[in-house]
Amino acid sequence: MIEVEIISGRTLDQGATVEEKLTDEYFKAVNYCELSEDDFNALGLAEGDKVKIKTEFGEVVVFAVKNKDLQKGMAFIPMGPYANMIIDPSTDGTGMPQFKGIKGVVEKTDEKVLTVKELVEVI
Amino acid sequence: MPETKEEELTNVICTFCGSVCDDVLFDVEKYKGKKFCKLGSAKFSKKERIKAPMIDGKEVSYEEAIEKAVEILLNAKRPLLYGWASTVNEAIRLGVILTEKVGGVYDQCASVCHAPGTLALIEEGVPGGSLGEVKNRADVVIFWGSNPMEAHPRHPVRYSVRAKGLLIKDRKDRKVVVVDVRKTKSANMADLFIQIKPGYDYPIISALRALVKGEEDAVPDEVGGVSKQQLKELAELMKNAKYGALLYGLGVTQSRGRDRNVENAIKLIQLLNRHTRWIIWPMRGHYNVVGAGDVPAWEVGYTYAIDFSRGYPRFSPGEFAANEVLQRGDCDAALIIASDPVAHFPKASVAHLKKIPVIQIDPFPNMTTLISKVVIPSAMAGLEAEGTAYRMDGIPFRVKKIIDTEYWSDEKILELMLEKVNEKLGLR
Repeated sequence: MIEVEIISGRTLDQGATVEEKLTDEYFKAVNYCELSEDDFNALGLAEGDKVKIKTEFGEVVVFAVKNKDLQKGMAFIPMGPYANMIIDPSTDGTGMPQFKGIKGVVEKTDEKVLTVKELVEVI
Repeated sequence: MPETKEEELTNVICTFCGSVCDDVLFDVEKYKGKKFCKLGSAKFSKKERIKAPMIDGKEVSYEEAIEKAVEILLNAKRPLLYGWASTVNEAIRLGVILTEKVGGVYDQCASVCHAPGTLALIEEGVPGGSLGEVKNRADVVIFWGSNPMEAHPRHPVRYSVRAKGLLIKDRKDRKVVVVDVRKTKSANMADLFIQIKPGYDYPIISALRALVKGEEDAVPDEVGGVSKQQLKELAELMKNAKYGALLYGLGVTQSRGRDRNVENAIKLIQLLNRHTRWIIWPMRGHYNVVGAGDVPAWEVGYTYAIDFSRGYPRFSPGEFAANEVLQRGDCDAALIIASDPVAHFPKASVAHLKKIPVIQIDPFPNMTTLISKVVIPSAMAGLEAEGTAYRMDGIPFRVKKIIDTEYWSDEKILELMLEKVNEKLGLR
């Protein structure tokens, strides 16, 4: 298990499929988490492996992806339903939840990555 | 099949991101766009639609769906009417009036996007400029917490990086800086990439303010992962610009500090304007998210998080922004238009949305469709419906209707909804 700071945000694939949310393309565009090479290796991960990410606010299972440009200790998840399972919902009076910079832990898992429809059901 | 010649294609205006590209083309016969970026191409391509209006999953007529929607809105004590960023000003105007009539809360996508910048603007004002000025004049452009290569792919080419203009004749005439917590795709196109620690935007901006002011001693050796030397170089670059543009994104508004980060950045820009010309501007996301704020501003005085439950408009983001209302369980019905909060809100907010009757108006099925009681499909603005949209810098564009459709426009749906509400309230 490693500690990370989680950032969510737009990607080109997420944007290109954002109006087709019930398709496999959208599912693939948002269901993963990028980790630095160091963290990816430290968790003993291989491409296609899954990780469980836990924060104070929830947990989610996603696919793990290695990103050599990412700094150690940082995790990036495309904005969308998977990231939103674990981000900080409080707005500090601004109306804006904290979508970026949430502390969490990542561990390797064999659990299933839920589909978009299954995610709605478990909320 | 041979390529259709450009002159035979129809000029359209893209209705995906806040860049609102007005130079793109569409082949009606092949249903295919030309010159679009990946995001615009996807928007202007054939995809699954909501087939017909539905109540509880059962197909009904537009009139029946609207009748049911009106019944839900009028039976609610305080409905939330949310979305609006991907529709045209004419529809938004009707939406604001509808929210007032049903005594609800009006909120729009900026509340999970650039609204913290609005709070900063209320405090500080905004030294701004148009994208045309950036293209023609800006010799220093800083993207701070924004990633145009993925969020506004043609912005760099048309306005901010490789764009050639009146005074900027070549890419070499412009210095491009990217400040971010990650090495994004946009970092690769920059002359200078400054990687900062997450959540340290505020102190770094404060350090730059001190350096621009000439108070170097106040700055420690390192701030938020950036060395003092690098900060000094950036401050010098900013002071020496002839026309600088700080274009910020959600990296600033969605992380620790939120509105205060933007406020601090505006103060930095105000200070720089004592030396030279600088502007600051948000990289707005949806094509008409500016309209979703400006239309209610000219109708009732506020841009988002507006409550009408007392019969007059009240603005308070800590109370009336959609996420606050939902997490408090303070709305008993919702109308969601041109948006998908089930996908884009934190689960604590979605949990309440699942408990109340939801009405959805949208051209495409999305995660909100899955929980909606009443679903009303609409025509896609820019292709099947016309109207006015504000580009990210507030410049109005008339988006076009070039294809006939059976789907009603958002404007037509809201018009009938408002008519029914007036009828039931005995107002007409």
